[in-house]
This record gives sequence, structure tokens and C-alpha cells, in this order.
Amino acid sequence: MTIGRGQALLTNNLDNELSKNEIAALKEVAQRIRRNLLVTVAEAGSGHSGGSLSETDILTTLYYSILANDPSNPSLPSRDRFILSKAHACPALYTVLADRGYFPMSDLSRFRKIDSHLQGHTKIGTPGVEMSGGSLGMGLSFGIGIALAGRVDSKSHETYVLLGDGECDEGQVWEAAMSASHYRLDTITAIVDRNGIQNDRFTHEVMELEPLAQKWRAFGWKVLTVNGHSIPALYKAFMKAKKTKGQPTVIIAKTTKGKGVSFMENNPGFHGKAPSWDELAVALSELGAKPEGKNSAWKADMLTMGYTAERVSSISKAITQMSGSQ
Amino acid sequence: MTTAATRESFGKALLELGQQNPDIVVVGGDLNVSTFAHLFAKEFPDRFFDLGPAEQNMMSIAAGLAASGKIPFVSTFAVFGTGRPYDQIRINIAQMKSNVKIVCTHAGLTTGEDGISAQSIEDIALMCALPGFNVIVPSDGPETESVVKFAAETSGPFYIRLSRPATEVIHETPPKFLLGKAEELRPGSDLSIIACGVMVSASLMAATELSKEGIEAAVINMPTLQPLDEEAVLRASRTGAIVTAEEHYIHGGLGSLVSQSAARQGPVPIEMVATTRYAESGKPDELLARYGLSSKDIVDASKRVVERKAH
Repeated sequence: MTIGRGQALLTNNLDNELSKNEIAALKEVAQRIRRNLLVTVAEAGSGHSGGSLSETDILTTLYYSILANDPSNPSLPSRDRFILSKAHACPALYTVLADRGYFPMSDLSRFRKIDSHLQGHTKIGTPGVEMSGGSLGMGLSFGIGIALAGRVDSKSHETYVLLGDGECDEGQVWEAAMSASHYRLDTITAIVDRNGIQNDRFTHEVMELEPLAQKWRAFGWKVLTVNGHSIPALYKAFMKAKKTKGQPTVIIAKTTKGKGVSFMENNPGFHGKAPSWDELAVALSELGAKPEGKNSAWKADMLTMGYTAERVSSISKAITQMSGSQ
Repeated sequence: MTTAATRESFGKALLELGQQNPDIVVVGGDLNVSTFAHLFAKEFPDRFFDLGPAEQNMMSIAAGLAASGKIPFVSTFAVFGTGRPYDQIRINIAQMKSNVKIVCTHAGLTTGEDGISAQSIEDIALMCALPGFNVIVPSDGPETESVVKFAAETSGPFYIRLSRPATEVIHETPPKFLLGKAEELRPGSDLSIIACGVMVSASLMAATELSKEGIEAAVINMPTLQPLDEEAVLRASRTGAIVTAEEHYIHGGLGSLVSQSAARQGPVPIEMVATTRYAESGKPDELLARYGLSSKDIVDASKRVVERKAH
């Protein structure tokens, strides 16, 4: 099976498990998102590649198998909310939102450019974006506000907030953590993208976060630690969070910054850097792009995103040369 | 002389609003008796959230509540509700145009004995530096009631600045509040005194004194600092001299805003009654007198500006 653009797998059965076919299809979606987000960042010439790649499997699991939402009606009051607190890693979110049909794919080629709704950090106005961000530490509080409003109105929608691990240096995160458990908010789930790298360096060099799980536990949260690149593990954790009553859940997702691209993986240099067009060809190739055949859908994607046939063809040639030299 | 604390008028108005509109919610920071938000909390415990002294969290949570259709009133002291969580206000409220009402009490020197950490003399500058933020400094209790109700029914971010002590009541009943409109309380042709907050009653006293000496001062209550009533500034300019009076630092407050507007509309001599430094602990009236914010200071500034006008 494949999950095409605009499609998602959703169930109301909290005991559901993903089938092998569904897992394979979601993995394919994640690779498509990784390729398209890197194209988006390459075109912009700047943007946050590393943290976008580390969070891609988390976003894919959420947007294609967990969130109850309707891309054609992004302000539906009953929708589940997703808040990207690490708002710099918006290329992955924008690519997911476009892929799900919140706005045209061609908007992606306008990322970070003038007269575009796709700002360098998330800003409300982009369909599907719930919060303006860009300064770390605010998203969890904002999500708590949404969850409290839901409680006042006796509504049952879920709110998911994705935080960076470096973001947990911000004091506001812990103010928020304390208040969510004080109010026994079980409709909020935080996810920490634990990729181990922040802006300047590795997190343990800048500011030691460990023991991170114990910190959250001490603040009254249920803590689930998972492999943040395993879609079935993430799915299971999200389902478990939904079933948890009387306390908030945090999923510490162990990830690799730059996941899927050899020269970006675990490389602090690619926190806030775009790949060159040459690097992009290497990255796309590593992410499964082939010049021809069934793995050449990336070409159609690039055309849909508004790139010229010449641009696509030059990347395709570069990929051909790479396969030839191997 | 009747007096009332603007913070108490706020608390009563908030309670009334809560009874009328189920979407009104209140976010507090462990100062709810002092801000009078406790009146609302007692009546509507399910719509009241005391987040403790964690102001960054308060502001972003308020924005989240607003994003879900609630009308949150955030209430704390002016020092804790502006500078401390400024970035949260900037991004989650100002840039998002969130429907959040920040109502801060204990602004200015009249906070008194608690000393300079508690005396907010920078908040007007901070809040007026946020594009699109409505910044209101009511002059008395009845006007506070009107302003709070107006903010509740008007979409968008508001900052409402209130005081600790009971201050003189200028309006017998709650006046009709118009956003961005000044109110002429007294006509006068020799100069115009433009004031906000607790300095309005001091300005009226000053005008009475000046009149005894043959100087007729118009007194203008300027509750809205952003958006500023530029036409009122133009009318004031036509008296040929302006004095501004505010319980705030001289940079970035009413004096700065009026001067900026006057400079665009035509030259006019302006004198500013405002603080030029941090104060100290003391009684409100002692501090106003010591730091240049008494009605006598307004009288002196008026004479200076009329003198400059003559040259």
C-alpha cells in the first residue's frame, strides 16, 4: 500500500496496532517528507535541516496516523492540535502540511522568501500552524492554554507539543511542566526531540540535560522513552499517551540529528544550514531517490513544488553520476 | 473628595463580565487578592487559573486560551506583567494579535513602600513598543470600569495600567470609553496639560492653581496611549504650549508619544512631568512630591512652557 498526498490512516481504536504494510507505507511517506523538506531548504538557501530531519518520523506518525484533523478545515474547533515549539524546525512541518493538503505544494518553493506565508519560523496565517514561534520555550505553555480551554468547554481534543532537547534549557518549559501536572491535564502530550545537539554544540557540552526522564517524572509527568525513528514505537507511545488519565505524558524520542543523510547525521554544523544543490543531490540519493523507475517520484514532487524541468534534470544527472561512480 | 482604587474597580468589573460572558477566563500569578482578581476566582473557580509567580507561562497560556476562543484577562503587578514576560507577550500575544487582556495593577511610584523593584516606571514604553497593542491608562475607578468592559468586547491585545492606592474620582459615573480618543476635562487657551492615570487629577488641581494666577490651562485626559489621539495633540498644539504629566519614566511614555506626534504636526513648546530616575521606598504622596510628579510640579512646568511660548 501507499499513502499518497492528502491521505492518512486514522482509527478511533486506541488498542490498534499498525500493520506491516501500514508501517512500510508510513516509512515511505517519511522519506518523501525528508526529500521534499531538503529541496525546500536548499531553494531557500537557509533554514534548519538537522532538526527537521530528526523530527520527521515524529511528524509523520502524528500527521498520518494520530491527529484527528481536516486539512480542508484547519480551524475546526474539535481538531487535535499540534504545536511546533521548536519553531525553527518548520521546514519539516511545512512539508508535512503541504503533503497533507493544507496548502499547495508549490508554496514550499517560496519558503523564507518575500510575499510568502512560509516564514523562517512558524507564524499563524499558514494553514495548519497553530502558534507563532521562534523564541524557544513557549509552545508547551501555549498548548496548556488550549488544553485548559478544552476543559472549560468539556471538549476532548488532544494537544501535542514538540520540543527540542536544547529548548529544555528554557525555564519556561519547567514552569509549564509544573502547571500541566498541577491541573492533571491528560489531554496534552509533549514530545522531546532528543537529538543531542543544540545550536552551537552537543547538548551535554552546552548544558547537561540528563537525567531528563527523571526531571519530567519529578514534575509529575508520565514518561515514555522511545526510538524517535521507529514509527511503530512512536505510534504505540502516542496511543499509550491517549489512554493515560489524570496526568500529562511526555515522549522522549531518541533521535539522530540530520537523520537519513550521512553528512548531516550527528553534525552540529547542519543545525541551521541549508544544503547546496550539489549536496542536495547526494542527500536525495541517500534518501532513496533514483533517476528513473519506481523511486523517481521525487521528480514529480519537485515539478509540483514549482521547480523547472532543467533544475530537476540537473539533479537527476548528478544522481546518475553518483550511482555510476559507486 | 471621593476616592477609589482603580484595581478594585477592575475586580468588580471583571466579576460582572464573568457573570455575563462564559468565555471570560482569568489567569493570575499569586497576587490575586492584591489585583482583586480573587472576586472572579471565588465566583468562577473553573474559569480561573492561578499559575503562581511564573509569568512567562502565564502569558503563553493566556494566548493558548485565546486561540481556543476564550477571552483571557491576565492580572498581576505591572513589573511582573510586562518586562518579565516581554518576549512571550511579544510573540504569543502581539505578533499573533491574540485576544488577551493584560491588566496590571501597582504601576508607577504610587506602589510606594515596596521600593523600586516593584515601582514600574518603564511599562508604558515597553507596551507601546509593540505594534498593534492597545495601551490604556485609566484616570480613575469609573473610567477603569468602562475600559475593562470595552476591552472585553473588543478583539485584540490590550494592556490596561492600574494603580495601588485609592485615587481621586474624576468621573461621577463610568464615562463612555472610546479607544484612541482623548477627553477634554477643562477648557483653557493659554496651554494644554495632557495627562494620564493618577496624574489627571493632579493636573486638574494644577489648572485650578494656575487659573488663580491668570493662566488658563486646558486639561486633557489621554487614557489611550496606543493608538494615540493625534487630533487631540493637534488641538492642544493650537493653545501654543503643552505640558504632559505621567507617572512613568520620561523616555518612552506619554511625553515621548505626544512630542513625537506634535513634532509631526507643527512646532510647539512642550514640558514633561515624568520621572527621570529610580525612586525609593516611601508613601505614595511623598514619592510623587520627591520625584517631581506633584500638582506643584505641573504648575511649575506650565509656567515654564508659557514663558517659552512668549519668546
